[in-house]
Amino acid sequence: MSKIVTAYVTAITLLIIGIWCGVAIGSVHIPLEVLWNKAVDETAANIFWKIRLPRVLLAGLVGASLAIAGAAFQGLLKNPLADPYTLGVSSGASVGAVMTIFFGLSIPVVGLYTLPTFSMLGAVLTMVAVMSFARVVDRSLKMETLILTGVIFSSFLGSLISLMIALSGEELRQVMGWLLGSVSMRGWPFVQMIIPFVIVGSLMLWTQRRELNVLLYGEERAKHLGVNVKRSKYLILVGGSMLTGAAVAVSGTIGFVGLVVPHMTRMIWGSDHRHLLPLSFLNGATLLIICDLIARTIIMPRELPIGVITAFIGAPVFSYIFYKQRRSKGVRA
Amino acid sequence: MIVVEHLSGGYDGVPIVKDISFSVKKGKILGILGPNGSGKSTLLKVISGILPATAGTIKVDGKNISSYNARALAKKMAVLPQLHANAFSNSVRDAVSLGRYPHQSGFFSSWSDFDEQAVQHAMVQTDVTRYEQTPMEFLSGGEQQRVFVAQALAQTAEILLLDEPTNHLDIAHQRQILDMVRKEAIECGLTVIMVLHDMNLASLYCDELLLMESGQMRAFGVPHEVLMASQIEEVYQARVATYAHPEIPKPQITMMPASGEHLQRAYINKDNFKVTEHYIQLKSEFPLKTVSSAVHNPGIGWYDCLLNRSVPGDYVINDVKREVAAFLQKESFSSTSTVVMLTAVPSRLVAINEYAASFGSVLVAVTAGVGNAVDVSRVHERQIEPYIGTINTWVIINGSLSEEAFFQAMMTANEAKTKALQSEDVRDELSGTIATGTATDSLLIAATQKGEEMQYGGPITEVGKIIGKGVFATTVQAIKNYKNG
Repeated sequence: MSKIVTAYVTAITLLIIGIWCGVAIGSVHIPLEVLWNKAVDETAANIFWKIRLPRVLLAGLVGASLAIAGAAFQGLLKNPLADPYTLGVSSGASVGAVMTIFFGLSIPVVGLYTLPTFSMLGAVLTMVAVMSFARVVDRSLKMETLILTGVIFSSFLGSLISLMIALSGEELRQVMGWLLGSVSMRGWPFVQMIIPFVIVGSLMLWTQRRELNVLLYGEERAKHLGVNVKRSKYLILVGGSMLTGAAVAVSGTIGFVGLVVPHMTRMIWGSDHRHLLPLSFLNGATLLIICDLIARTIIMPRELPIGVITAFIGAPVFSYIFYKQRRSKGVRA
Repeated sequence: MIVVEHLSGGYDGVPIVKDISFSVKKGKILGILGPNGSGKSTLLKVISGILPATAGTIKVDGKNISSYNARALAKKMAVLPQLHANAFSNSVRDAVSLGRYPHQSGFFSSWSDFDEQAVQHAMVQTDVTRYEQTPMEFLSGGEQQRVFVAQALAQTAEILLLDEPTNHLDIAHQRQILDMVRKEAIECGLTVIMVLHDMNLASLYCDELLLMESGQMRAFGVPHEVLMASQIEEVYQARVATYAHPEIPKPQITMMPASGEHLQRAYINKDNFKVTEHYIQLKSEFPLKTVSSAVHNPGIGWYDCLLNRSVPGDYVINDVKREVAAFLQKESFSSTSTVVMLTAVPSRLVAINEYAASFGSVLVAVTAGVGNAVDVSRVHERQIEPYIGTINTWVIINGSLSEEAFFQAMMTANEAKTKALQSEDVRDELSGTIATGTATDSLLIAATQKGEEMQYGGPITEVGKIIGKGVFATTVQAIKNYKNG
């Protein structure tokens, strides 16, 4: 039990440190007093409240969403390489988001939430399409099949995005940078936009934590143990896609977070989803906050897209997992 | 209690199992047998609801299985399919705990003392407690299999379906798992349906057996009704023989290799005998099928060395097993392929004769010590312990005998021996009547099992006639040797 407590204490401590570094480090020094007294340094206070804090929170929320979605996808598909990015779900969400802007769509009631709504829709549809296609190719849904299908769909959807961008005017060209993945200059509206989806999506996944543990042994075994497999799959796919869609809607496609975080968490703390999900959530937030900090400070005053940093860390980890899985295949058959 | 009636089912609506009906009472174990591809596992999958039933009903506690939801059914019925570990690391304890899934509910954790007890009990029963914290992938296939059995047990369901639970297990763990299943059935009323490959294990552990053949029921009943050699031969297309388990009243089955006829067989003649000061030895090039009442390796078996050992008159009989084992080791005889008889008669007084026969020949070797000859019908009047003075009779047949013939040959040989005592007027000293034998006579029939099988060995068969004549004549000769000795 103490191991689990340690895990949570570590994760929360790291998150607090991450947030603190995220808001404190940068070209402008922020004195601690601005937290309770704006008058100390008006400019610093503005930078803190209007730029840095929302940016750090957004990075945290996006990281948390992608990580918990990745953990759930991996459990459901029994595939340690599955994450919203490798499965093509992120690309699907991007298509949804870009389409919203391209066609100037707006759903009357939801207003601000039109973009994430379409983004999520794109994510869900892509997930369903990828899964169905992979299943047609190979009933047992082998790891490689699924990832390859994800790559195929990603490329196809990527070309759709390029087409829309090419056909559009100036305003969408700016979107390009955003699509590469960034949490800069978003502000509070984007934080507001993602929060409800993060809460609902994460809770949906969390209700399936026990089912995910059972599903690791296959759908058949899960049925034997009394899991309503259909409902579970539905909840996990919709919950995961909702989180991915919302994350992409606010920050574009940021790859590998959903892969790296659950993998590390699992390696250190075990693969019990009752803890893996919340721990991935916390660690995902921390990782993306740190990555964003690096992205905006490493070549100051210019900024790197955050996706560059995550891919820089993520691709080697991906290779490592792939290598390990293939090497031990004989044992696990 | 589970009742299956006219059940058909399979993949994609194409029935693989057809019209299966049976019931298993609470606390009973049903074994499902059948060749590969006969639908054993499919039947189990249809019963557990993984594959759809196209016709028929399955009732658990009188209620149709489709009226239970997944969780409620999992509380009633636990299933152990053939499993493999997954790609992620789980500790053994975590894996076993998953068995409690159907009992967990609510938004937050609801792990109760009862859950904990069930998990601990399951781990103890399957002997995996010591691996509790070990990740699954570090375990061997057999150990993993036991963890999965523990997982199913932790479900604390009334019905347990097992698909080849002894897969990957060595004989000790096969016994452990099946003993445990048996114990749970008897003590806790667990109802078990298990698919087994091994007919002998099925016979030993199951109350009833269901034999499948191409998706249909071929036989259903208690083991001795199902495991009939002729039926098994038809279903499996393999030659088999049944025999009794030494301890448990259940039939066992053994395979007969197709190359049986080409096995090399011995041919015995007088040159195979060797008489030394201490023993008379028959050494055969290939094992002989032997039935005997010898001291060492009695009963039915295959042996290539027969010994009739001369021991002193004051030989202490109390610790005979150990003494004989020590003797064999000292003299470099193989303990497992040698039959040993004891006699107080000096070995040089043996009578050995060979008789020709159409099937081969019969050799008879007798040592006759008639010092304590008794009339079997009057022995009840005696109080004193016998001492070693024995008629040891060997009948070696160059031919093939059925089991029936072996025992008839023993009777025939014994009658001939008694007749020899009568003819030599050997008497029971106490009662004064004609003796029928001594108190410690031993008899051995051995056959090379070469040639056409002789069904009978009674006095009017050819082999019986030769045994009668040969044992009579040789025993008379041996008694004369003894008297003159």
